[in-house]
Amino acid sequence: MKSLLLLACALSLAACGGPSGKADQIVSKKATRPSWDAAANPFVVSGWTSGDKASWQEQMTKRAQNQNEYLRTN
Amino acid sequence: MARMKFICDAERCIECNGCVTACKAEHDVPWGVNRRRVVTLNDGVPGEKSISVACMHCSDAPCMAVCPVNCFYRTDEGLVLHDKDVCIGCGYCSYACPFGAPQFPTNGTFGLRGKMDKCTFCAGGPEVNGSEAEFEKYGRNRLSEGKLPICAEMCSTKALLGGDGDVVADILRNRVLVRGKGSEVWGWGTAYGKPAAGGGAPVKEGTKS
Repeated sequence: MKSLLLLACALSLAACGGPSGKADQIVSKKATRPSWDAAANPFVVSGWTSGDKASWQEQMTKRAQNQNEYLRTN
Repeated sequence: MARMKFICDAERCIECNGCVTACKAEHDVPWGVNRRRVVTLNDGVPGEKSISVACMHCSDAPCMAVCPVNCFYRTDEGLVLHDKDVCIGCGYCSYACPFGAPQFPTNGTFGLRGKMDKCTFCAGGPEVNGSEAEFEKYGRNRLSEGKLPICAEMCSTKALLGGDGDVVADILRNRVLVRGKGSEVWGWGTAYGKPAAGGGAPVKEGTKS
């Protein structure tokens, strides 16, 4: 009887050891695509190479400087 | 490369709402949702100041912290994006965000709240870059087209700056130094807090105008 009770307790506790189902474990399963992978459309500007992080970063820096009119007017 | 950041120069913003319109047009944003908007302080009073506000892609984003389904993720460029396939539209993020960035489309007879929509820094979502599926959910992915966000690129007075945080901070700092003022209302420190060691370059607070 005692061993049966112990077995029941063990089984009950084993149920607590399963996946918690906590919401913070629900994560996006999709892998994010890096921005330096060029878009699959005809609007990609020239001057950088798809898949090349360094060239994309250079393009972003160059493009950001277009917002600096101290460079454009002075 | 530093994190991608927006900063708005309150001395230059003329409240034209061009950034708001450009964003809506570029991403085909649904009626009732504004990923970006212009906020005016002391409206109608001489000396009023306006700033353009959207998701600031916080380094320690409160929306990410409160999301019960973990739909947010951070990209290598420091952008806070979200997966609409995971979002349940609970609205916790909208209560947590100090900038009011998360938006919810209402649809259906009873104004059912849809999945959250917010500024993506024109970086789309988890779908294939530039794909139709990505456009339908998140709008254009301009970063993967080698461009910067449309709101910043088309700003007529170049008040709204967007891009690599170091570059953008340098541009703003130069302006503030040249004109001798202009970071009191909405400077880098106001937007992103005081810089940590090795963080984005701070803008020195100028004298009061």
